[in-house]
Amino acid sequence: MAASAAVTANYVLKPPPYPLDALEPHMSKQTLEFHWGKHHRAYVDNLKKQVLGSELEGKPLEHIIQNTYNNGDLLPPFNNAAQAWNHEFFWESMKPGGGGKPSGELLALLERDFTSYEKFYDEFNAAAATQFGAGWAWLAYADNKLKVVKTPNAVNPLVLGSFPLLTIDVWEHAYYLDFQQNRRPDYIKTFMNNLVSWEAVSSRLEAAKAASS
Amino acid sequence: MAIRSVLSRRTLSSLKESSSKLLGLRGIQTFTLPDLPYDYSALEPAISGEIMQIHHQKHHQTYVTNYNNALEQLDQAVNKGDASTVVKLHSAIKFNGGGHVNHSIFWKNLAPVNQGGGEPPKGALGGAIDTHFGSLEGLVKKMSAEGAALQGSGWVWLGLDKELKKLVVDTTANQDPLVTKGGSLVPLVGIDVWEHAYYLQYKNVRPDYLKNVWKVINWKYASEVYESECK
Repeated sequence: MAASAAVTANYVLKPPPYPLDALEPHMSKQTLEFHWGKHHRAYVDNLKKQVLGSELEGKPLEHIIQNTYNNGDLLPPFNNAAQAWNHEFFWESMKPGGGGKPSGELLALLERDFTSYEKFYDEFNAAAATQFGAGWAWLAYADNKLKVVKTPNAVNPLVLGSFPLLTIDVWEHAYYLDFQQNRRPDYIKTFMNNLVSWEAVSSRLEAAKAASS
Repeated sequence: MAIRSVLSRRTLSSLKESSSKLLGLRGIQTFTLPDLPYDYSALEPAISGEIMQIHHQKHHQTYVTNYNNALEQLDQAVNKGDASTVVKLHSAIKFNGGGHVNHSIFWKNLAPVNQGGGEPPKGALGGAIDTHFGSLEGLVKKMSAEGAALQGSGWVWLGLDKELKKLVVDTTANQDPLVTKGGSLVPLVGIDVWEHAYYLQYKNVRPDYLKNVWKVINWKYASEVYESECK
């Protein structure tokens, strides 16, 4: 009994690294309350129920994601597992007073792989704007290169063989309350200009380089 | 001169029916946003007026606009023999054209309560539903469950398989029309389960939206389609 309680504690609804109102006015407390408090929470709770008693129970989240991706022929737990992972990654991709241009090594790499920060901005923007339906846009690292990737529904770069560095959620629930009248482009701009945590991206990049060497 | 005016008169009458417009003699047909046969607030409290207005004027309009753009680009690419561009445009056409097709059906699938919204189907369709699903409640339960379980964005459908002569419940992802699941499938009732269809009112609780939408489903329209396809 105690053993299984410890095991399911692997899947935790971690709060964002800031209070729910800390991203205002760019992302409202109301959005965080629903997006983190209801959507993200449901993915975690449903994942726990789904793996209970199965061979996946107690396995690390990344393990479940890789196994249930099944080369695109998704097994039932994939959605909840990947969405639990994606959302935690998303909260940590933002910070109060974030956004704007990065500096130092990260800027140098962006300029190397996209020719300029502005080109990266445009490419990331376009990926987020043109992901049809629900999904995510990412800055990812693979083969010693930075690239922009867009994915549908719950898919993330982990299953595509690259290291995620930054993400923006473009499911409608991510922006529908704050950017009414379907203004996804405005949401993306606000994210880029005011919310991105380049510190988080930098530390993820260091981890990715260390893991690749 | 005379030929052109005959053409315009015929074109004008078909304009109303198909809400599309003929661009010149060799041009492509483009599309316009169809009007709703009821006010935005007429489906309340099941679906809020705010949602209906944004859903129609922003989402459906965007599909129409982008579909027309894609068709114009396709026309140019076809005429130039630019095969890669033709192929590249397919996803934009499927997505935006599908969005236009699906939403045009959806507005007809809905009706205010005082125009028959929610009234159970009678006649042939009512009988077919009982045969295939046991009862209307059985169908509603199945469609609501499949709609709630759909991951991401998409639609849940009641369709008629013309070849097998039976009713089916199926889902499609994103804006894929029902016909992408089977060439002989005819949509009778489609329920939009994209978040934009319910979020402002029901937030994350899609099951509540699915519980309430049945109160404004226009079974009369579904019956008409069913009966005409069964001939």
